[in-house]
Amino acid sequence: MLSLVIFLPLAVAVGLYAVPRLSDRVVAWSWIVACAVDFALVIAMWIGHGTGDGISYEANVRWIPSVRAGYHIGVDGLSLPLLALTSLLFLACAIYSLRQERQVRAFAALFLFLQTVSLGLFAALDLLLFFVFFDLSIVGMYFVIAGWGHGDRMRSALKFFLYTFLGSLVLLLGFIGLYLGAEPHTFDMVELTRTPPLAGSAGLGGLVLLAIGIGLAIKTPTVPFHTWLPPAHTDAPAAGSAILAGILLKMGTYGFIRIAMPMLPDAWRRYAWVIIIVGLISVLYGALVAFAQEDLKRLIAYTSVNHMGYIIVALGAAGAVGDQAARQLAVTGAVTQMVSHGLITGALFLLAGILYGRARTYDMGRFGGLAGGAPVFSGLVAVGAFASLGLPGFSGFIAEFQIFTGVIGSGGTAIVVVGALAILGILITAALFLRLLHRTVLGPPGELTAQVTDVHRSELGAVAPLLVLSVIIGVAPRFLLDVIEPFSAAVVSLVAR
Amino acid sequence: MITETSSVPAAVLSAPTITEQAPHIDYWLLSPLLVVFGAAVLGVLFEALVPQARRRALQLGLALAATAAAFVLTVLQGGSIPAGEAGTTLALGSVAVDRVALFLQGTILVLAFISLLLIAENRRGESAFAAQAATVPGSEEERSHILAGSQHTEVYPLVLFAVLGMQLFTAANDFLTMFIALEVMSLPLYLLCGLARRRRLFSQEAAVKYFLLGAFSSAFFLFGIALVYGYAGSVNFARVSEAIDAGGASLFEDGSGEPLLLIGIALIGVGLLFKVGAVPFHNWKPDVYQGAPTPITALMASCTLVAAFGALLRVFYTAFGASVDQWRPMLWTVAILTMVLAAVVAVTQRDIKRLLAYSSVVHAGFMLTAVVAASPEGLAGAMFYLAAYGFTTIGAFAIVTLVRTHENGPEAGELAQWAGLGRTSPLLAGSLALFLLAFAGIPLTSGFIGKFAVFEAAMAAGATPLVVVGVLSSAVTAFFYVRIIVLMFFSEPAETGPTVIRAGGLTGSAIAVGVAATFLLGVFPSPVLDNLVPQPSEEAAEPAVATADGFTR
Repeated sequence: MLSLVIFLPLAVAVGLYAVPRLSDRVVAWSWIVACAVDFALVIAMWIGHGTGDGISYEANVRWIPSVRAGYHIGVDGLSLPLLALTSLLFLACAIYSLRQERQVRAFAALFLFLQTVSLGLFAALDLLLFFVFFDLSIVGMYFVIAGWGHGDRMRSALKFFLYTFLGSLVLLLGFIGLYLGAEPHTFDMVELTRTPPLAGSAGLGGLVLLAIGIGLAIKTPTVPFHTWLPPAHTDAPAAGSAILAGILLKMGTYGFIRIAMPMLPDAWRRYAWVIIIVGLISVLYGALVAFAQEDLKRLIAYTSVNHMGYIIVALGAAGAVGDQAARQLAVTGAVTQMVSHGLITGALFLLAGILYGRARTYDMGRFGGLAGGAPVFSGLVAVGAFASLGLPGFSGFIAEFQIFTGVIGSGGTAIVVVGALAILGILITAALFLRLLHRTVLGPPGELTAQVTDVHRSELGAVAPLLVLSVIIGVAPRFLLDVIEPFSAAVVSLVAR
Repeated sequence: MITETSSVPAAVLSAPTITEQAPHIDYWLLSPLLVVFGAAVLGVLFEALVPQARRRALQLGLALAATAAAFVLTVLQGGSIPAGEAGTTLALGSVAVDRVALFLQGTILVLAFISLLLIAENRRGESAFAAQAATVPGSEEERSHILAGSQHTEVYPLVLFAVLGMQLFTAANDFLTMFIALEVMSLPLYLLCGLARRRRLFSQEAAVKYFLLGAFSSAFFLFGIALVYGYAGSVNFARVSEAIDAGGASLFEDGSGEPLLLIGIALIGVGLLFKVGAVPFHNWKPDVYQGAPTPITALMASCTLVAAFGALLRVFYTAFGASVDQWRPMLWTVAILTMVLAAVVAVTQRDIKRLLAYSSVVHAGFMLTAVVAASPEGLAGAMFYLAAYGFTTIGAFAIVTLVRTHENGPEAGELAQWAGLGRTSPLLAGSLALFLLAFAGIPLTSGFIGKFAVFEAAMAAGATPLVVVGVLSSAVTAFFYVRIIVLMFFSEPAETGPTVIRAGGLTGSAIAVGVAATFLLGVFPSPVLDNLVPQPSEEAAEPAVATADGFTR
């Protein structure tokens, strides 16, 4: 069933090309239906999985036996929320793209391909399989930006491709290091997690963690590897930005939790402080730079750096010494933050796309008083902004609250200082989002305000569910946390080995 | 350090004495080579005896049948090697018939078959080759030959001779046989390079360059052989290896012979690295690849590279396997230079054939990392890489033959002319994009598995810095591969855009085979990969070069 979930979008994409002369409407609707079916299947899997801490829906087929790499997939408390997020966000993008006019079929096929790749990555239990999906996501997103972007899209797309491709190669080095370190050599994640490779040699373990860390940090991205992100986001189409921020960035943090932490526990503990500091710098630097942006999309892009920073801080703290329960809380918070950031930032990027679709610019200074002409749009922007800054009642609050409690509770004075500094990040984000609302939604009308008409039905149908789900998680998070918590308990005990 | 040894087998020094009886030769094991050789000779006879009008079909049929038959025989012999054994040697130990040789010979034959399809492509009586190579370019005489529709059907026997040389080059088990194979392989190629139909002076210049540089490298190679013979007292790889273990022939009991060996290794290395096209011996590649008729470029980029690497692997694994510590630093340096320099220079190229030439140099560097590994995994990785790269590169050059500046015009080499190709002929541009992604090493293409296999082997052998350089250079190569994709798909077509001529059945099938192989080897590599890695049978302590790697010794 998991394989069906993963490859259904790809099959539909091939189908779109197999049937000649489909009208754009048929293509768009079959895309939506495919995404909806896929989402329903993921929900069914969620129900079937329950709240245990094991792996369900496992499949393991031989692929390249000579290097002991297999088609090994399965879901657990970490992959399920991300699979659900992926299929939901792709559904939202499909609905949003109903108004797409240029090369609809290729666009739909590319997104369906990306969906297969993303789902496959979050379900992969084999390092080589993981890497295959990791690299293909870069190729897919490259074509999305280069083909349907705007502005200086070629340059941004190439920068994105080369930067993240180099990252993926470094990651591959790390994977080969893990493979060679394991006895017997294997790429199977379950086996590698059971008996961590390189346990005896601290130096090699550190080097492998360095390679994997750089590879994933580029994808996440953390400071100082974030410079590909703003141009890629600025020039990508709205749906592409939403997927890039909502799904592709998660691949980095997912890799940290799935691969780096349980497979290199010694090294992770030893360098926990490096990781915490990198995360903290991302939090503060991302927030400060976002504060200085005039361009709406660059602003949201930099808040992504900030939000991913919280996750890195939490994961680093999970490797520091301290209270078991607190570290568990930090990991749960990190996973929740991944889901929450996917929903909220996905919605914000789609909203930015609506703005661009009307006025052909992201320059906040040229808008103002949008609430008058476009009340629903303004409302959605306001909700998204408040959700993103971590207001209670939204998913962001649940996530960040857990992260801070976990980080501060996990140890001594130094880590409390880190926690306190990270909270500063929230303050800055709050300020910048209020400034954003002040400049675009409220105040006197700007020169382009007249062009901004209110949202269409399809746009509302794409954005609203994401924000509604964020509220649901914010108000009643148990359904999500019940799935994550057994997993985070397992990870924390794996790191503590 | 050379350890002094008291006794060197006397047989090492004694040259094979001429006895009453002729040596026994197992003609069955030699049959793949004999079939190709016989067909080539027959082809020469056809040139003399068959009327011009019927020659082309006959020659092509003969050449295709010979390569196909030789391939079948090669496969049969591969199947007849008992499990667990590497293979055997024949003709007084001068030719090896082992798994490595058979795999590479099979690869060469398949790739040669596809190249022959490209070579045979004939559009409205116009092939890629000059109507009459002996005429002065631009002369009346040339025009009259073109109008008369003359054709050089000698091309086919020449290709067969070259293929014979390649087959022997990968299987040669002593230095003299290897040298002869090198010449048999190279001489027809020198000729073929000068036969382009268009830009003939350019093509002839390429041929002369190739010939002069090739002759130099052959001289180096031969001189190296002489030195190694002086050191070891034999040209046979197994004897050389024994002699290195023993510290040299009995003349050098005091250990004074080592300089001979080291200089010999270096000079032989120069000869082989020249054929492979590794920096700093790569300078001929861009010029020759650009000047030669594109089908011949495809043949050289695939088959010759396979053969050259086959020889390189055999020499460094078997003959010089015992002095791995001496040659490893040399290959380290060459591999790093190759990967870095070629990748950087490739970025500045504006001509598709030159770019593919530099990319071939970079890939040679990637494969050298596997040679440096000097392990069975490295050998398997390099062999897989060679096969994967061969299919992809033939496909790429096949596409180059189709993109012309205008109908009936020459090939559009300038990359700028390729802008917007993805809009006008999406299928062609899509195939090329796939090949380029495979060169870049994107997963689900054969290029990824190949790169992965060689890097993994190199890391396992402790050459991690080399792999890091390889990774960085892969990223650089990705830049110019992706730039071509951008150019084809996302740039506005130029007003003087290229004309894509319809692929004939022959070229079309060459491209189709390339696409299929690139995909299949990328998604299901295990049928090939698993047969290359010998299953370890013994848990012996690791020698300098593992012996269970499929080479016969």
